[in-house]
Amino acid sequence: MPNESLEQLATRDYEFGFTTDIEMDIVEPGLSEDVIRFISAKKGEPAWMVEWRLEAFARWQKMVEPHHWAKLSYPPIDYQAIRYYAAPKKKIQLDSLDELDPELRRTYEKLGISLDEQKRLAGVAVDAVFDSVSVATTFKKELEKHGIIFCPFSEAVHKCPELVRQYLGSVVPVNDNFFAALNSAVFTDGSFVYIPPGVRCPMELSTYFRINASETGQFERTLIIADRGATVSYLEGCTAPQRDENQLHAAVVELIALDDATIKYSTVQNWYPGDAEGKGGIYNFVTKRGKCAGKRSKISWTQVETGSAITWKYPSCILLGDDSVGEFYSVALTSKRQQADTGTKMIHIGKRTRSTIVSKGISAAHGQNSYRGLVRIQKGADGARNYSQCDSLLIGSECGAHTFPYLEVANPTAKVEHEATTSKIGEDQLFYCRQRGLSEEDAVNMIVNGFCKRVLKQLPMEFAVEAQKLLGVSLEGAVG
Amino acid sequence: MTTPMLEIRDLHATAGETLILKGIDLVIQPGEVHAVMGPNGSGKSTLANVLAGKPGYEIVSGSVLFEGRDLSLLAPEQRAREGIFLAFQYPVEIPGVSNMYFLKQAVNAVRAHRGIEELDAMEFLQLAREKMKLVEMSDALMSRSVNEGFSGGEKKRNEILQMALLDPKLAVLDETDSGLDIDALRVIANGVNALRGPTRAMLVITHYQRLLDHIVPDFVHVLSGGRIVKSGAKELALELEEKGYGWIQAESAAG
Repeated sequence: MPNESLEQLATRDYEFGFTTDIEMDIVEPGLSEDVIRFISAKKGEPAWMVEWRLEAFARWQKMVEPHHWAKLSYPPIDYQAIRYYAAPKKKIQLDSLDELDPELRRTYEKLGISLDEQKRLAGVAVDAVFDSVSVATTFKKELEKHGIIFCPFSEAVHKCPELVRQYLGSVVPVNDNFFAALNSAVFTDGSFVYIPPGVRCPMELSTYFRINASETGQFERTLIIADRGATVSYLEGCTAPQRDENQLHAAVVELIALDDATIKYSTVQNWYPGDAEGKGGIYNFVTKRGKCAGKRSKISWTQVETGSAITWKYPSCILLGDDSVGEFYSVALTSKRQQADTGTKMIHIGKRTRSTIVSKGISAAHGQNSYRGLVRIQKGADGARNYSQCDSLLIGSECGAHTFPYLEVANPTAKVEHEATTSKIGEDQLFYCRQRGLSEEDAVNMIVNGFCKRVLKQLPMEFAVEAQKLLGVSLEGAVG
Repeated sequence: MTTPMLEIRDLHATAGETLILKGIDLVIQPGEVHAVMGPNGSGKSTLANVLAGKPGYEIVSGSVLFEGRDLSLLAPEQRAREGIFLAFQYPVEIPGVSNMYFLKQAVNAVRAHRGIEELDAMEFLQLAREKMKLVEMSDALMSRSVNEGFSGGEKKRNEILQMALLDPKLAVLDETDSGLDIDALRVIANGVNALRGPTRAMLVITHYQRLLDHIVPDFVHVLSGGRIVKSGAKELALELEEKGYGWIQAESAAG
């Protein structure tokens, strides 16, 4: 046990779903019904789950990749060249941090990631891991005490099949879009959260998650249900740079909030953005949507997107319950050759539903950053209100910022406000800071962080500090 | 003789493409306060910007030595850390960055360069409170974003507060009196006077004599057409006030 790493511990959880009659732990590239059956069998899934996947696959085959409307340019993806299942791999174990790539180590230090955390991320086997394990166990006990279910998705299928069956695909249907359909057919794992009625989750589901995050995988599936009067804050991602040999990522996240429930979902995304020429970066096509199914429910998305070569992502809220509230706070930073087409959809259906959108786009170097947001007020949404603020900040003259707001109002009592600004980091601002002794890089960081303040302050405190540093690190070399 | 604080020799400099300074000579010793006056467009602000190293302002010929070192070799932040401070005519707003945080970062950047221990938040707060008294500045302005929504007077107070915190060797005050009412002017001048000392030099750039009633200079220089056309004691400022700039321009044209 002392030498057992967290990676092993994490993978051990996954073993619960495995059956032993299939010996292969990798499939040949390509996608077919057989591959889907194979994945499902690997997970030991019940028949309804297989059927659900096959249904998604059938739909996906009839769909075309949405290549035309997003302001993104990338070469065609060969879906038959992708390998859709490989057993979780153990990371190469290092004996100490000294063996770590010095560049990665410097980045960790700049981000202010603790030594223990660095070791965990790097897969260093040390005693410190021991502590993390006991912490994780303590968390797990505490959560169980409250009746909270928080486990890998593949485990939830066995542990609480009725919940999974009831809610899976209820917010993002299998045929919602090309990438969501693909995910539905082939997803391998993810997270499942259920908060029982009236329970306020006693901790950010971040700490636990971060300890367990090892291989998040290419096709991740997350389902979070907050029952009546429940409250939960969930944190996804990590500020540490993440690499993955899989270039295409297509995750799906579904949130469901019943009466008086609140879900806060925060993301920091720092996938490998590719080199200065744009080679090798991750393509991130994500479908995230929350349904405020109950009265007075609330779903709040906060995202800090600094990684990936391509980001295609619109965390949205369906405001079905009367008096429900949707929020979207976003910082998207593109540098190098990164492209982001991101924003949100706020669908107002219930009466007196309210939504807030605050989007901050930062473009540097050759980055291209688009905000795309829809506010739809449906006919029955009496007294609905929306406030949108979309600001873009340009650093340098080779980058671009674009705003595509869509507004559909079918109810005359609705109030919708939209503000948008585009500004360039002023020479005057930079000079002012430098005249006070700050380096150009520090000055840019300060100005950028000031620009993002309204979003960053939505993040849990510790994470906000890391995210601030991350913005600085992501802009390195983009200035001057 | 000791090395002067600032030694400008036959300085020619451009702003953008235009040659603005056409042969400035000026020597400032530690402890001295020099006023530079002149009509609009005479090159006053260009001189300030050249000293601070603002991008877009280029030295074409001549030299500027700060404590004997060639200033043109230093980046703006290096000049600031070495002890050159510019109080801006139009202080810039930085949304979302609290004034307190900004000042702390600046002070610590300068302290780090000078090999002094950096201040933590509490230590800085204490220092800031003490200096804020100099310019009668309220706590409220410290928690707001840098200069955002500040009145003209508040912005200028903030400049002098920064000067007090950064403890420069050479302070260049660029039209610090512009846009101030008489009460604000008095507060600012008191703050500046409190910062005068035997090791600090000041270059006070102004269009009007009235600032010099409050900050009494040791020397007055008149800038016209990119050159210093007349230098004298503080009485020269009064003479200018009385006669306007016309006679000097006429005199220098004739001479």
